[in-house]
Amino acid sequence: MEIPKSFLGYKRENGRAGTRNHVIILPVDDISNACAEAVSNNIKGTIALPHSYGRLQFGADLELHFRTMIGTGSNPNVAAVIVIGIEPKWTKKIVDGIAKTGKPVEGFHIERTGDIGTVMKASKKAQEFVMWASEKQREECPISDLWISVKCGESDTTSGLASNPTVGNLMDKLEPLGVHLCFGETSELTGAEKVCATRGATKEASDKFMRTWSAYNDFILKEATDDLSESQPTAGNIAGGLTTIEEKAFGNFQKIGNCKFVDVLEPAEEPKKGKGLYFMDTSSAAAECVTLQAAAGFNIHLFPTGQGNIVGNPIEPVVKLTANPLTAKSMSEHVDCDVSKILSREMNLSEAGDKLIETTLRVANGRLTCAEALGHKEFVMTKLYRSA
Amino acid sequence: MATEIIIHDQKDNVGVVVIEKINPKQECTCWIMENDSSTNIQSKDEIPLGHKIAMNDLNEGDTILKYGHDIGKVVKPIKKGEHVHVHNVKTKKW
Repeated sequence: MEIPKSFLGYKRENGRAGTRNHVIILPVDDISNACAEAVSNNIKGTIALPHSYGRLQFGADLELHFRTMIGTGSNPNVAAVIVIGIEPKWTKKIVDGIAKTGKPVEGFHIERTGDIGTVMKASKKAQEFVMWASEKQREECPISDLWISVKCGESDTTSGLASNPTVGNLMDKLEPLGVHLCFGETSELTGAEKVCATRGATKEASDKFMRTWSAYNDFILKEATDDLSESQPTAGNIAGGLTTIEEKAFGNFQKIGNCKFVDVLEPAEEPKKGKGLYFMDTSSAAAECVTLQAAAGFNIHLFPTGQGNIVGNPIEPVVKLTANPLTAKSMSEHVDCDVSKILSREMNLSEAGDKLIETTLRVANGRLTCAEALGHKEFVMTKLYRSA
Repeated sequence: MATEIIIHDQKDNVGVVVIEKINPKQECTCWIMENDSSTNIQSKDEIPLGHKIAMNDLNEGDTILKYGHDIGKVVKPIKKGEHVHVHNVKTKKW
């Protein structure tokens, strides 16, 4: 298949391109969710991103909170942002971080005004932003403007046999075209960590990966009361035939094809070493992982599933694929790309990779994903430890 | 060609059922992806889609190979053609 050299995206002030054109209402903290939701209810075409944290956090955990907030607002799939927090200082910090992209952003704080006054002021600004954004047109963008993140979920053995290798095939075909790619799931590489480390593009990248994985493994060994066999693999994984974390890890690892990773990213850290594949230190919980990848600037997500994970994200479209024929049949409203014919050998891996590239480009050009049509907007912050 | 079982790597001692289920005493065709070759096996158990079948007799302590890599250890003897899962294989991690 001749791979198209471009897609239709929204060009942003900082030179990036978006596959979506959202105006978001971003609460800084849990107690500002009500205000943010009221504004998005007033002003049609905006979306609120409620979440559970943002108070009394400190140290690396607070840094991650800010990085996720600023990164989400800065994502090129977002045209403009309203930030609402209880206090002026943290609200301003997030507004200033997002403003560096050059996109419209305005902050409101609730103290000394109350919810009702804040909702009124923020709604007026949100209306202005959404009407401005509605005139933005899709333009031709080089395919290298795609930043593709991947994460699998509710995996079974069909994931390792077919749907994850399909993503790997796409990576092998798109990496030479200059796209950014990202995989994560530190915990779910356990058992394949030594093999994964050999896929660093440099010794530095390999060493950084091993340090990241070891830090995670030390934490598990310290906190685990028995072992993780009730959580990893999950009950869904086991029902699908996966027996051990090692088996799950080698299946997971098929997603990167033959690519080598150029760097290891902190959670929600924006890649800075140019095109190519990155590993990000993330949880393996679907919504947490996708939220972190979106906050790092990735603008389209590929999600292979075996038993049928249904996750979506408010700003980054999540494309689902499955090779499990039962899932493809019983949960078809969640499946954007059915590659189950690989198992019956009616389709080979390269044909499946081409089919996924085609689906990815249609979604990049504007076709809604199943998760978008069904209203999946899971925005889940990663919290590193308890608050002060 | 109808294929009931797919094996990732020539070195693997387990295969994966890729039809809705296989029945006891079913003659199955296995496709080895790595080198595009085929082999056959008779199943001993009913094994559902996505679950594994032992390609050899395996003893306690043996290593299960899939993708050509170590994915765990045998904790109960397994006969060729039997279902391989959490009842007879455990992780070497944790």
